[in-house]
Amino acid sequence: MNQNLSRRSFIVGTAVAGGGLALGVRLPFGTPAEAKTAGDGVEVHAWVVVKPDDTCVIRIARSEMGQGTRTGLAQLVAEELECDWKKVATESITPGENLARKRVWGEMSTGGSRGIRTSHDYVRRGGAAARLMLLQAAADEWKVPVGEVSVASGVITHAASGRKTTYGKVAAAAAKLTPPDPKSITLKDPKDWKIAGKPMKRLDTADKLNGSKVYALDVRLPGMLNAAIKACPVFGGKLVSYDETRIAGRPGVRGVVKVNDSTVAVVADTWWRAKSALEALPIVWDEGAGASQSSATIASHLEEGLTVSEAYAFRNEGDAIGAIQGASKKIEAVYSTPFLAHATMEPMNCTVKLSADRAECWVATQNSEASLAALSEQSGVPLEKCEVYRHDLGGGFGRRGGNQDYVRQAVNIAKQFPGVPVKMIWSREEDMAHDFYRPISQCKLAAGLDDKGSLVGLHMRISGQSINAFVNPAMVANGKDDRQLQGYTARPGDAQLGYTVPNLLIEYAMRNTHVPVGPWRGVNTNQNAVYMECFIEEAARAAGTDSLEFRRALMGQHPKHLAVLNAAAAKGRWGTPLPAGVHRGIAQFMGYGSYSAAVAEVSVSGEGKVKVHRMVLALDCGHAVNPDQIAAQVEGSVAYGLTAAFYGECKVENGRMTDLNFDRYQMLRLAEMPKVETVIVPTFDFWGGVGEPTISVVTPAVLNAIFAATGKPVRSLPLKNLKLV
Amino acid sequence: MAKLNVNGKIRDVQVEPDTPLLWAIREQVGLTGTKYGCGVAQCGACSVHVNGELVRSCVVPVGGVKPTDKIVTIEGLSSTSSHPVQKAWAALDVPQCGYCQSGQIMAAAALLRKKPKPTDQEIDDAMSNVCRCGTYQRIRAAVHVAAGRKQA
Repeated sequence: MNQNLSRRSFIVGTAVAGGGLALGVRLPFGTPAEAKTAGDGVEVHAWVVVKPDDTCVIRIARSEMGQGTRTGLAQLVAEELECDWKKVATESITPGENLARKRVWGEMSTGGSRGIRTSHDYVRRGGAAARLMLLQAAADEWKVPVGEVSVASGVITHAASGRKTTYGKVAAAAAKLTPPDPKSITLKDPKDWKIAGKPMKRLDTADKLNGSKVYALDVRLPGMLNAAIKACPVFGGKLVSYDETRIAGRPGVRGVVKVNDSTVAVVADTWWRAKSALEALPIVWDEGAGASQSSATIASHLEEGLTVSEAYAFRNEGDAIGAIQGASKKIEAVYSTPFLAHATMEPMNCTVKLSADRAECWVATQNSEASLAALSEQSGVPLEKCEVYRHDLGGGFGRRGGNQDYVRQAVNIAKQFPGVPVKMIWSREEDMAHDFYRPISQCKLAAGLDDKGSLVGLHMRISGQSINAFVNPAMVANGKDDRQLQGYTARPGDAQLGYTVPNLLIEYAMRNTHVPVGPWRGVNTNQNAVYMECFIEEAARAAGTDSLEFRRALMGQHPKHLAVLNAAAAKGRWGTPLPAGVHRGIAQFMGYGSYSAAVAEVSVSGEGKVKVHRMVLALDCGHAVNPDQIAAQVEGSVAYGLTAAFYGECKVENGRMTDLNFDRYQMLRLAEMPKVETVIVPTFDFWGGVGEPTISVVTPAVLNAIFAATGKPVRSLPLKNLKLV
Repeated sequence: MAKLNVNGKIRDVQVEPDTPLLWAIREQVGLTGTKYGCGVAQCGACSVHVNGELVRSCVVPVGGVKPTDKIVTIEGLSSTSSHPVQKAWAALDVPQCGYCQSGQIMAAAALLRKKPKPTDQEIDDAMSNVCRCGTYQRIRAAVHVAAGRKQA
């Protein structure tokens, strides 16, 4: 992946994201003139289509990758719409439609656990506005004041005359009305919710059970060709040459394409033939300077940053170094965490069809507007003549966000086959070799305890790679990259540290590598929670204080963090006896506007084999739109987090990744999945994220339980590399 | 050229004999419910039944499949999503992204054919497909529901 390309993508993506401003003031619910055709339904306004059979089709702008946002957003709209939940369907709008309608559906990007928390307000107003229009249409028809009509489950009633009608019957008249000013709408008190806040079944399950769901990988178009692709295995390396003659005459092969300066593709009638031919194609690479890099060289590069004098002081309160020096007890440790791959089950893929004045792509994307921008920029076709048909993702986890490298590659391949759709699929090996990995880091920590065992000073120095520096170096002038300190902020709201330490110094030394990095479910809360929560555990044990009590003593000014920690401790029966050989660990952290805590029950065998028996996770995400899907996300975060804790590590040798499939890059399987209990403790006074927050506490809770079992702290990952006993 | 019996229909497929059954099913037969995940029989997204046995189709060459071998894919498990495993999966809202679930369902259906009331240990041993969304807890519960051990 070319860094310049990804930077341009970011800039273009941002330009599209700001398109609403560039194109004039958008109307909140669109206008009838620009209404999208809706089959036999009527577009009441941009968010809601009503069909003659009273089915309400709710338009969805965010991407669905398993996290349940499609269902959650539909619940919020339906709640205000007062329609019959049994007759709710959803429809994904496209970025081209959004652009053409001045971004009436708002932002489409789906990452940072923002799908619901940053769109709940306007989607609910959309539901309410449609309800008001439908009621007005019924009142107009009956010639009664709108205040005299009411609605329940899509049936409108005029009580005085006993008349009834349904949404399906008045939708056409409603669509001709001017939508109300969204600011004039009073939203329901969440205490009165009947659809939102309830454990509704997902709306998108049926076609996942019988093979009929069409993922981007499954797209089939008339005359379609297939492409297999290989980029230089060394990051930053270049393509020198390939010997096309060696695969000439192979069945089905239509051509070899130089995709960009580091990548080659073989195009054939089927993907298997393309992939087989690619494997037989002799390729010469210029591996470049990166080829001298390895896990060992990268580790020493980071290690140097742990002690170097120049570092960014993110938080500097009191005199941490002095307080630690003068403390009656001092502890120190160095932690490290590796690069990790996303390994979405559906490998990267993209289908593109280019003609003289039109560019189309079929893709799984977390940011379909960035996909549109990449399609336009790479093809040279103006934005308004481009369209992205987005497919629900076979996993995202941050991989399919802003970069859109696969869209650019697929466009470059399709350029060689005008008018012909070309589907590019990465092999699993390519997917593992060219990810945007979770950044690598190390952390040096020191703490001082007074003679009562209280924490008087804490000094943390993180040395590691910056995501922002890879995406856009201008964002991190002088190494001041707050994003890498996620979870340690003083200010409340998004990712606040839940402890008050009288003398606190948190520093960051940016140490970038040649490996591309990006957001990975939970992003920097993962590593930062391990550093903070495992070292706090070391401090608690050095103080001789119970792990929960030691934390509570630091949390007096953070009641929400504390309440969630207490909820996890209570459900996890902290302090009560366990079966012989089973030990507990605890952790808490904040990210994505939500508060998380976990208790893990773990045993370590005489051979050092770790078994996680049970995990309790508590979450305060403010409002809980669908408790069952929140539980599903929590359960999933445990599997994703434990995969990383036990097995996750992308090793670098000779400048390239070495573990390129699931035989070497192991995954947690069902047999290793602990029993997960989810405790949702919503406080109903904010909107927090759900998909990412809880993963941060999974690993530290387990590592702290291992510490309890073995008496030794775990300071590096993954566990498979360690001899625990 | 090979003949494959897929979901009860004989299909002629034009492929080299070393083509994996997975890709013949997806690209020649045109049934895309069977997924590609790893290509090395590690993840199980490509799981199908051949003569009732669970098979990871990404490592089975078409040349090794006889025209009489009965291949069943997710599309052929039932005509109306009415297999007990599919019903249990729906009842417990098992899928998240859903990409691996064809393989998970085929693995569970094969398990229940051999062991109609599997224990947790038997589920552990049989259900080794990868799910990155982490639906394992619900998969386990849904296998028990499909077996009639638990109510949904």
